Amino acid sequence: MRPLFLLFVTLPALAPAAEKIVFNRDIRPILSDKCFHCHGPDEKERKSGLRLDVRDAALKPAESGAVAIQPGDPSHSELVARCLTADKDELMPPPKLGKPLSQREKDLLQQWITEGAEYQGHWAFLPPVRAAVPAQKPDQHPIDAFITARLAKEGLKASPEADRATLIRRLSLDLTGLPPTPAEVSAFEQDAAPNAYEKLVDRLLASKHYGERMAMQWLDFARYADSHGFQTDSSRSMWPWRDWVIRAFNDNKPFDQFTIEQIGGDLIPNATLDQKIATGFNRNHRINGEGGIIAEEWRIENVIDRVETTGFTWLALSLNCCRCHDHKYDPITQKEFYQLFSFFNNTTDRGTITGGSNRSGGNEAPVVTVADPAAAARLAALQQEIDAAKQQATAARKDLGKLIAAWEATALKNLAQGQTAWAPLAPTQVVSKLGDKGAKLTRQSDGSYLASGPNPAQDTYLFDAPLPKGGVTALLLECLPDASLPNQSLGRYSNGNFVLTDFDVFVQKPGGKPEKQTLARVSADYSQKGYEIEKVLKRARGKGWAIDGPTKRDPRRAMFVLQTPVNAPEGTQLLLRLRHEAIGGHNIGRFRISASSTPAETLKLDGDTQLAALKAILEVPVEKRTAQQKGEIQKFFIANVDSPLKRANDVVTAKQKALEDARAQLPSVMVMEEMPQPRDAFILNRGEYDKPTTKVGMGLPAVLPPLPKGAPMNRLGLAKWLVDPANPLTARVWVNRAWEKSFGYGLCKTTENLGSQADYPVHPELLDWLATEFVRTGWDMKAMQKLLVTSHAYRQQSKVTPELLAKDPDNRLLARGPRFRLAGELVRDQALALSGLLVPKIGGDSVKPYMPEGVWDETSKYGNLRGYKADTGEGLYRRTMYTIWKRTAAPPTMLLFDSPSRELCTVKRSRTNTPLQALALLNEVTFVEAARALAQRVIQEGGDTPEARLDFAYRLVTSRAADADTKRLLLAGLKQRLAEFQANPESAAQLIATGASKPDASIPAPELAAYTTTASILLNLDRTITRD
Amino acid sequence: MPSATLQFQDRLNRRAFLKQSGLALGSTALASQLVASPTHFAPKAKRIIYLFQSGAPSQMDLFDPKPQMEKRRGEDLPASIRMGQRLTGMTSGQKTFPVAPSMFKFAQHGQSGAWISELMPNISKIADELCFIRSMHTEAINHDPAITFCQTGSQLAGRPSIGSWLSYGLGSENRDLPAYVVLTSFGTGRRDDQPLYDRLWSSGFLPTQHQGVKFRNVGDPVLYLSDPSGLNRGMRRGMLDELAALNQRDHQLFGDPEITARIAQYEMAFRMQSSVPDLIDTSKEPQHVLDAYGPEVRNPGTYAANCLLARRLAERDVRFIQLFHMGWDHHGGLPNAIKGQCYDTDQPTAALIRDLKQRGLLDDTLIVWGGEFGRTIYSQGTLTETNYGRDHHPRCFTLFMAGAGVKKGITYGETDDYCYNITRDPVHVHDLNATILHLLGLNHERLTFRFQGRDYRLTDIHGNLVKGVVA
Repeated sequence: MRPLFLLFVTLPALAPAAEKIVFNRDIRPILSDKCFHCHGPDEKERKSGLRLDVRDAALKPAESGAVAIQPGDPSHSELVARCLTADKDELMPPPKLGKPLSQREKDLLQQWITEGAEYQGHWAFLPPVRAAVPAQKPDQHPIDAFITARLAKEGLKASPEADRATLIRRLSLDLTGLPPTPAEVSAFEQDAAPNAYEKLVDRLLASKHYGERMAMQWLDFARYADSHGFQTDSSRSMWPWRDWVIRAFNDNKPFDQFTIEQIGGDLIPNATLDQKIATGFNRNHRINGEGGIIAEEWRIENVIDRVETTGFTWLALSLNCCRCHDHKYDPITQKEFYQLFSFFNNTTDRGTITGGSNRSGGNEAPVVTVADPAAAARLAALQQEIDAAKQQATAARKDLGKLIAAWEATALKNLAQGQTAWAPLAPTQVVSKLGDKGAKLTRQSDGSYLASGPNPAQDTYLFDAPLPKGGVTALLLECLPDASLPNQSLGRYSNGNFVLTDFDVFVQKPGGKPEKQTLARVSADYSQKGYEIEKVLKRARGKGWAIDGPTKRDPRRAMFVLQTPVNAPEGTQLLLRLRHEAIGGHNIGRFRISASSTPAETLKLDGDTQLAALKAILEVPVEKRTAQQKGEIQKFFIANVDSPLKRANDVVTAKQKALEDARAQLPSVMVMEEMPQPRDAFILNRGEYDKPTTKVGMGLPAVLPPLPKGAPMNRLGLAKWLVDPANPLTARVWVNRAWEKSFGYGLCKTTENLGSQADYPVHPELLDWLATEFVRTGWDMKAMQKLLVTSHAYRQQSKVTPELLAKDPDNRLLARGPRFRLAGELVRDQALALSGLLVPKIGGDSVKPYMPEGVWDETSKYGNLRGYKADTGEGLYRRTMYTIWKRTAAPPTMLLFDSPSRELCTVKRSRTNTPLQALALLNEVTFVEAARALAQRVIQEGGDTPEARLDFAYRLVTSRAADADTKRLLLAGLKQRLAEFQANPESAAQLIATGASKPDASIPAPELAAYTTTASILLNLDRTITRD
Repeated sequence: MPSATLQFQDRLNRRAFLKQSGLALGSTALASQLVASPTHFAPKAKRIIYLFQSGAPSQMDLFDPKPQMEKRRGEDLPASIRMGQRLTGMTSGQKTFPVAPSMFKFAQHGQSGAWISELMPNISKIADELCFIRSMHTEAINHDPAITFCQTGSQLAGRPSIGSWLSYGLGSENRDLPAYVVLTSFGTGRRDDQPLYDRLWSSGFLPTQHQGVKFRNVGDPVLYLSDPSGLNRGMRRGMLDELAALNQRDHQLFGDPEITARIAQYEMAFRMQSSVPDLIDTSKEPQHVLDAYGPEVRNPGTYAANCLLARRLAERDVRFIQLFHMGWDHHGGLPNAIKGQCYDTDQPTAALIRDLKQRGLLDDTLIVWGGEFGRTIYSQGTLTETNYGRDHHPRCFTLFMAGAGVKKGITYGETDDYCYNITRDPVHVHDLNATILHLLGLNHERLTFRFQGRDYRLTDIHGNLVKGVVA
C-alpha cells in the first residue's frame, strides 16, 4: 500500500543472479514490460510478425527470416543481437519507447537463452501448487516455515516477538480498527495462559467491529458512496448493502458464498431478500443524469464499470485495457472482454437517472426495500386494515344486484344530460400575465395553445372563456408535446419539463366579481415522483405537478373536479389561472383545456368512449342484455357510483396507498434484476457505445478455466466460476491482499494486478500454499485472518536497524514486524475511541459529522446534497465509515489521508505523509474536541497528580508505558502551558469550547485546556497514528 | 534529519533520506520525483496559470466572428454542415436548427489585428500578447465528462489531473506552499452552470500529495490552517517542539525513517500557517493595482480576487495555479448571461496578464484561458431578435494562451462559415495538454506512471505538440 512507483524497485536480494533462471521471476517481467507491447498477445499491434509471449512462435523464423531465439545459442539469437546492437535503428526496444534494457536485464536474457530459453506459463494463470511446508521445527507455524527458510537463505533472522502491549494494539487495530482499552491491555499482559494470544485473536475475530474493519476496504473495491457521482451528484441510499457486507464479515460468510451473492444473488433460485441486497455491489457504480445525455452511452459505461470492477476485485486483472483492443500484456482479447460484458448487460436498470432523482436524489430502479422491526410492524398493521376493509367489501357485494337496480332507475336520465364528457373551451383570451415579458401563447389548429418567446422564471397563463352551456363540473388540462419545445417535450424548461403549482378556477357572472371555486379532487394520467398532481391542491413551496420521467414526449392529462358544479346564466365567464411558481422556467409549453358537465361520479380522464358505451347498454332492456353488457354495467357501478361497496373499496384503495407510501419511506437499496431475455452484446470498436461490430454472447477468457460443471451461463454462473477452486486467480488475489493488510505489502507486491506485468512474488510457494489453504478451508476468511496473525512473522517487533534498512528497506522478507500509518478512517476512529466520544453503533443510514463550512457548496449549486449541516447528536461521533460520502466533494479530511474518491473501484490506496495531514490532526474540530474529551478523561480517571495523569494518558493513547524522557518532556510542556492558561483563562475557555459536546464544568478551564494541548500532542504522535 | 526542503512527503522521500545517508538503495529513478526535479528539456515556462471557464464559453460570440451568418439568420443549419454528427438530448429533438448569428460586434485589435468581440474590451487591449486557437476540439458532449477530459485526458473518473502530473513530474519550487493550487468562483452569467468536482484536481492514481489544494472561499483558505481559538502561535510552536522531541525519541526506538519525514511535515505545516495568510492578505497591494483588476477584486471568492491571488501565487513560484470560473453554460438567454460572464472575467484576466508582464513574470509564466467545449451556431429554443441559446458543441471552440513560450499576437486554426467544423489546423485537447507539458519542459510521452501494470500518461496514447503556437 505504499506509493506505487516503488514497483520499479527490484531488490537485488529478491532475484539472486547466480542461480538458474526462473522464467517467471527473471525473464517474464522483462519481456512483458519491454517487448510484449509490439510482440505480444495483441495481434493488431504486432510488429514484423514476431511474437515473444509464446515459445513456439519465438523460435520460428520471423518475416525477415531471422530467428529471435535459438535455445542454447544466444550468439545466433536475433533477440540478443538486437538488444546489444549499437545501431540505434536496429536496437530493441526502440529508443523512442523510453524503456531501455539494463545491463543486468541483457545478461539475464542471454543466460536464459544459454540455459535453453525455457518458458513458463504466467504463474498467476497456472493453478496454485501446494508445496510441502519446509518445516524445520515440528510445531512451526506454516507461514514461519516458509518465511524463515527464505530468511536463512538471505542470511537474516526474524526479530523477537513484540511486547504484549504492542501486540494487542496491533491486533486490535488490524482486526477491529479500534484501539484496545487500558483494561484490555492489562488483562492481556497478565494472562499467563499458554494460549493467551490465540484467545485474544478469537475474541477480536468475534467482535462486532471486526465486520466493520473488514468492510472498510470492501467499500473501496465496491465504489460505495451516498451520491450518484456525476454533475448534480444527488443522493442515493445504498447503506443496506453496506450493512449486509458488515454482517457477512461478522457472520464469517465463506468468501465463495460472499462472492456468489454479490455477483449473482438475485439469480439464486428463491433468492432471499438478503441475497438480493447483496447484488447492490454492482449498483454502487456512478450513474449519470446530466441534461441532454444519451442514455445508451451511460448504460454501456455502467456495464463496463462492472466488468472492470469484477476484474480488479476478484481477479486482479486490468480487463479495462481490453475495452478498446486486445490486452497488450495479458492473453485476453477484446472479444473476451465483451463476452464478460455480456454477463452484466442484461439487467433492467436504465443506466441513467430518471425523473427528479437527478436533482432531488433517490434510488434508481430496480430496488428492494428493507424494513426494520418497527417499520415491519407498521406495515403489518396497515395490511390488517386492508384485509378488514376487503372483507367489508365482500359483504357489501352480496347486495350488488339490488344496488344496481336502484341506481339504474335514474342513471340513464343523468347520463343523458352530460352530452359528451369533455368539450374544448373556446377562450376569448389566452395570454401571459406578464405581458411581453411572459410567454406568447398562440392558438394551434387543434384548439391548443403553444408558448413561445420569453420563458420567465414564473409565468402565469390567463385563460378566459365563456362558461359553456350546461355548466361545468370539471375541467381537463391536456399538455401536449411540440417539436419547438426543449427535448420535443411538453414543458419549456431546458429538459422539457414543467411544474404546474396552481390551477385556479374563477367564475365571473355578468356584472359580478370573480368568485374562486374549490377543487374537490384532481387526477392525472401520470405524475413525476415527488410532483404528484395532488400537489396542485395544496400550496407546497417548490412543488406542483410535473411530468419528467421515462417518456417525456407523451401527452399528459389532468382533471380538476369542482366541489360544486357551476351552472350560471349566459354571459358568465370562466377565468382560469395556470400558475408556475415552483422552479425557474418550468412553464407549460403547449396545452388545451376542456370542460365537462357530466356528473362528477362518471368523470374519467379518458371519459368519452366509456360513457358512450355505457349509455348504449343502459338503453337495452334489462332482460335483453348479454352477460358481457351486464358485466360492463356492474364494473362501471362498482368503480363510480357511491355505495357501501364503493366506500369499502375506497378504504381499501386509500389504505393500500398508505401502505405503498409507508413502503416508499422504507430504506431501499438498488439491486440487480435480470431481464427475461438477455440484451444483444457486441464488440464495441474503440470501446465506443455507438460503434458496435461483431455480436458476442456470454463467455469466459480462454486463458482461464471454463465454467464449472453444472453452472448456468449467466451472472450466477460467472460468480460460481470466480470462486471455482479451478480458478487460479481468486484465492491468490484474496490471500495476497489479506497479507498486504497485515504486513504492508502483498507477497506479490502488485496486489492490484496479478497479470503478466505483476511483480514476481517474494515467496511464491507461500502465496500458493495460502491460496490452496484458503480453498481447502472452505474460503473461511476468519480462519485465514487467524492463520496470518498467529504467525511469528506477524508477531515480531517492528524495530528497524540500519542493516535491515539497507538489505530490505520495504521489509518484503519480514525480518522485522510491519509498521505503517493507519488508514484515514482509523486515525479518526481511534481519536474518538480514546477520548470516549465514539458512538460504537453498527450500521444504519449515513451520518454527518463536522465538516468545513460550505463543503458541498463551493463548487456546485446542483442536486440535493448542498448546504451541509452537521448532525447534532451521535452522528458526530460514529465511526468514519458511516460518514456521508458525496463523490464530487468527498469528506476532505479523508481525501487528505489517501482515501479514494469512490468514483471507481480502487483496490489499493497510497499512503502519504503531508503537511495537510498535520494541519488536520492539529486543528480539525473533531481532533480538537477529541483532545479535550481525552484530557477530561485523563483528569477524571488518571489519578490526582500530573505525573499519574500523564502516565495514564500516554498508556491510554499508545497502549505502552512512557519512559523517563517522555515523562519529563510531557510534564514540562504541560506545566508551561498550564501557567500560560492560568494567566489567560479566557484563552483556556475558548479552547475547551471547541466541539458540540460540553466540557466538565467542575474542572478549572486552565487545567482542562492545558491537558487538552497535551492530549492533542499525544494524538499527533507518529506512534499513535502508526500501527507498529 | 532530512533537509529543510522536504516537501509534501511520502515514502519516496524516505528513500531520498536513505540516499543522503549513504545507505544502499535498489535501482531507482527516484530523483525525478524529488523537489524541483529536472525536466526532459529546457522549459520555456516555470509555472502555469490556467484560467478554466467552466460551462463552455460561446466562441462565435467572443473570438471567432462569423459575420456572414447574418444573412443566414433563422435558416436551418444545412445537413452538409452538420454531417449527421450527434447532438445532445437537449436539442436532438428540435424540429429546426435555426442559425443564430452573434448579436455582438467584432473589431480587429492591436498590431496583430485579432478579432475580438465588444464583450471583451479589456482583453482587446492586450490582443498582441495573445495566441488564439480557434480550432480546439474534444470528444465529450456533456459537461461532466468533457471537463474531466480536459483535466485528466479521460472522460471517466480516476486519472490524475494535469496539475497533479506536473507536481509529480516537476515537484515544487516553493518550500511553504503546495505545487498545485486551485481557486474557484461562481459566475454572474448563470451561477449554477457548471458545477466542479474534486476529481478535476485529484491526483487519481498518483500519490495523494500531488492532488491540487483547493483554496476555500469561506473559512480557512487552506483546510484546517488556523489553530483552534484560545491557542496562540507561541504555544503552538511549543507544542510542535514537544511533539518533535517525542517523535525523535520514537525514531531512536524504531529507526523508521518515516518518523523523521513526519517531523518535517509538521514543520512545513507550521510554515504554511504563516505563508498562506501572508499570501492571501492583499491589503498592502497598491490602489492602482487593485483598480486594474476591477471593482470585484475586493470581494473574496470572485474571479477578480482569484486573478490577483494567482499573481501572488506566481510570485511565490507555485507551479500550477488553476482558476475555475463557473457560469458559461448558456442554453438559453445567452446574450444576457454572457455579458455577466464577460463582466466577471474580461478586466481581471487582462489585468493579470498586464500585471505579470510588468513584473517580468510573464516571461516564465504560461497563461491558458478556455472552457471544455464550444457552442452551436444554431439556437437552442426559440430564436428572436434579441435572444437565443446555444447547445454544447465539441467539434470546435476557441481558447487563448499567452506568456512563456507561446507565439504572441497570432490566431491559429480556422473553422467553417457556421463555426461548426474545423477547416484548418485542428488542435485536440490531448494536443493542448501535450503542448502545455512541453512548454514546462516535459515530453508528454515520457511523463509516465505505472498503475495496474500499465504505464499511464496524461495524453493516453495520443497528443501532438502544436508547433504552430510555440514561440
